[in-house]
Amino acid sequence: MERSLDGDSAAYHELLVLLTSALRSAIRGRARAAGVDAEDAVQETLLALHLKRATWERGTPVAPWVAAIVRNKLIDVLRRRGHRIEVALESVVDTLCNDSEDSGEEALDVQQLLGELNDRQREVVRAVSLEGYSARETAARLKMSEGSVRVTLHRSLKILAATFGKVRNEN
Amino acid sequence: MRTDELIRVLVRDGARPVVPIRRSLLWALCIGAALSAVLFSIVLHPRADIGEVILTPRFLFKLVVMLALGVAAGTLLADAARPLPRFRSRWFLLLAPLLLVAGVIGELLLTDSDTWRTNLVGRNAVHCLSLIPLFALGPAATLFVILRRGAPARPAISGAVAGLVSASIGAMLYALSCPDDSPLFVATWYSIAVAVVTLVSAFAGSRILRW
Repeated sequence: MERSLDGDSAAYHELLVLLTSALRSAIRGRARAAGVDAEDAVQETLLALHLKRATWERGTPVAPWVAAIVRNKLIDVLRRRGHRIEVALESVVDTLCNDSEDSGEEALDVQQLLGELNDRQREVVRAVSLEGYSARETAARLKMSEGSVRVTLHRSLKILAATFGKVRNEN
Repeated sequence: MRTDELIRVLVRDGARPVVPIRRSLLWALCIGAALSAVLFSIVLHPRADIGEVILTPRFLFKLVVMLALGVAAGTLLADAARPLPRFRSRWFLLLAPLLLVAGVIGELLLTDSDTWRTNLVGRNAVHCLSLIPLFALGPAATLFVILRRGAPARPAISGAVAGLVSASIGAMLYALSCPDDSPLFVATWYSIAVAVVTLVSAFAGSRILRW
């Protein structure tokens, strides 16, 4: 965790993969019970862990901090689910569809999430997520400065974090 | 988006060292206090006799009480941004009220009882009640911006902590211009102003610091 916060990408990648599998097993049961797509909840929690990582205090145990963030996000997700039950009662069909398309790693429709971004933000996120370009390569490709690629990417993540809730409510 | 794609984006976004929230809050505090100081220099000026009173116990008392409050609340700020706050130093918050009580007792013992009423009412209670919140705005705004990036476990409490820090800065600035030096005045009107700022901040926190 410390090396990740210092900007060590390999360490951070390792950490996120580790966290993802831990989150999957922690969240799956509860998300299923609540009728929420588990992978959505995992992604939303990962995003929160990422955006809030500056609040971890160096030298303290990582697990309780992760647990606190996860708890907060899950409460959020389940509360939103509660709202949805009141609104929509076509849930029988809904549930059937959800069960049949048990999507494994694929979460919310990429178009739907990316729809909230503007063109530039979308291009940057695509370049990094689908094609795996680094900030510098993305900058060269899109003829932007490396700094503005970073800013755009970070801004996009914040928008995505805010969009998760909205999209799920509309679904 | 697939989860492994999301991870890829997060790793790229995380390729720079992270600024610990404590340091961001410190910056926010400095910038906010500077904003308020500029505001102060526009709408007010230090009282004319500041050179003479600056070392008198009653004038210093105002600053010391508010400094005690600000430092005590300031040490809680980092915790206010965290999902697992411990607020270990929370008892230091009692220092400022205790100082106030001591100051009031001292004033009652040392001064004549027929000055109490005029000292309590003071000359500028309305100014005090409106300008302390005004000068608290700068640090409150900058601290809220950073707290929103944090993960406050209890948003209302975090808002209140930011409010206490901001109010103490506002009060220290106002004290430079305030002509009322009696602890009776400070204990009454400064306290009300600080309480109002804190309550409003707690409410604002409960609304905008959720994540």
